[in-house]
Amino acid sequence: MSNQPLRELLQRESIQQRCESVYETFGMLTLTVSKENLLALCHLLKHDSALQFNFLSDICGVDHYPQRPRFETVYHLYSIPFKYRLRIKCRFELDELPPSVVPVWQTANWHEREAYDMYGIAFVGHPDLRRIYMWEGYDGYPMRKDYPLRGYADHYNPFGEARSERTEGA
Amino acid sequence: MTDISLLSKNEAGQKLTKELLLNLGPQHPSTHGVLRIMLELDGEEIRGVDTIIGYLHRGTEKLAENFTYTQIIPLTDRLDYLCAPSNNLAYVLAVERLLEIKAPERAQYIRVMMAEMARISGHLLISGALPMDLGAMTTLLYVMREREMIMDLMEMITGARMHTSFCRVGGVREDLPDGFEPRCREFCHVMKQRIDDYERLISENRIFLKRTRDIGKISGEQAIDWGLSGPCLRASGVSWDMRRDNPYEIYDRLSFEVIVRENGDCYDRWKCRMDEMRESVKLIEQCLDQMPAGPVAVAMPDIAFPLNKITVKSSMEAMIHHFDVSAYGFPVPKGEAYVSIEAPKGELGFYIISDGSPKPLRMKVRAPSFINLQALAVLARGCYLADVIAIIGSLDPVIAEVDK
Repeated sequence: MSNQPLRELLQRESIQQRCESVYETFGMLTLTVSKENLLALCHLLKHDSALQFNFLSDICGVDHYPQRPRFETVYHLYSIPFKYRLRIKCRFELDELPPSVVPVWQTANWHEREAYDMYGIAFVGHPDLRRIYMWEGYDGYPMRKDYPLRGYADHYNPFGEARSERTEGA
Repeated sequence: MTDISLLSKNEAGQKLTKELLLNLGPQHPSTHGVLRIMLELDGEEIRGVDTIIGYLHRGTEKLAENFTYTQIIPLTDRLDYLCAPSNNLAYVLAVERLLEIKAPERAQYIRVMMAEMARISGHLLISGALPMDLGAMTTLLYVMREREMIMDLMEMITGARMHTSFCRVGGVREDLPDGFEPRCREFCHVMKQRIDDYERLISENRIFLKRTRDIGKISGEQAIDWGLSGPCLRASGVSWDMRRDNPYEIYDRLSFEVIVRENGDCYDRWKCRMDEMRESVKLIEQCLDQMPAGPVAVAMPDIAFPLNKITVKSSMEAMIHHFDVSAYGFPVPKGEAYVSIEAPKGELGFYIISDGSPKPLRMKVRAPSFINLQALAVLARGCYLADVIAIIGSLDPVIAEVDK
């Protein structure tokens, strides 16, 4: 399906002033946004009568280590009435975390818990930010690029790397 | 005689009941795997639900970052292990999007046909397992008989029953074997009658209706908000099927009906799957009718494995090349792609970020079971303890996919 109608809708002033750039890559329109504008933009995209992005498909955390800013969250939206797909990207460092989008889409709850569990991205304002796959008290964030594939060596994991070999960066 | 209401109250008239925290699972037969649920109970009524997952977490996404693009295909089998061909399909479509290639037509037909067979296999199991959880053992034994036919067909095509790994980037592994078509048509013929049999067995059973009708209801709007997809969403009256709305592969050439039901309860979710199986049978038959002859993999030697194994065994260069493709993989252009398909459980999406090397920088799986299971907390609140079992069954979570 052509992205032209959606591209024209995204040209409007209210959207343009909230996002940093709009581009198309491999057949999907992508918006980049700063963490300050993220929540307002999501709210606008969901409630605008010409867009109605009512379905949040996915939230993906990304670690761009050693590049800076290091972390990124990627949101994939879908509009069930108009069949549009859209990607939103927000890049940040750990000392300036993005807001939770749970107020906009309830389904974001577990997606954000997963990103927190795997990357340590503590979304601001999340109602129930706990680990989801790993157990409580687990040390470290396993999907980070500087976390060893086999984990760290301990009593249960003799094949892991010794902790002194690496220092986990923030 | 003491009035029964006096027994539960003390002298000051205060209630003597207290809230109870009940742990269900992780080893419980009706949680369909290692799922643990903490239930806050007031008598038999559910006040709160905390779903605890992760007992089967294998780190598929982390592993994928260290595998070549071909090596990841078997990993995807192990997500929703009932419907391996659908997972393969979603993954290879994402890689093909990045490579900007398309599989030959015959390969697309084979993929779609296998994905529909997988849909029947997945739906069969859950439509038998849900009544079993509620005490009707018979259905499960019957559905296993038909599922065995699908397993045999899968084995005929791929050599494996469950973990098929048949899709390849740019096609499928090999062509269909001789004698496949008549056996597949026979299966379609048998299956149509068997679905009617199941319906006669269960759909008007009074106990089954009492246990599923108006239990675990969710409105369409709420279902969208909670990210439900697939039969769970269509049972709530939302007509959204990616096979029709954003057709991939050759779905735009096939005719089928999107099953939508209005009530959004456990019964409708179950019935939705029953009716979808009928449509899947039709789709398989159409695939067999329309399937053209031709190659089953793209003619790109740097990506696709050579189909002619005799050359590989007789020519040194061909053998080196084959080794090269399998051991080192192929580079994928820098970029990112999200591709999702209508898997049996809902929207199955793969988001791949490539840095131009033969291994992905990041692979994210949008697992439908994971998201559907999240809604358990909303559906179960206010229900009775016994209903939780029906609700889990109707959401159809496969824990291997929930935990990735």
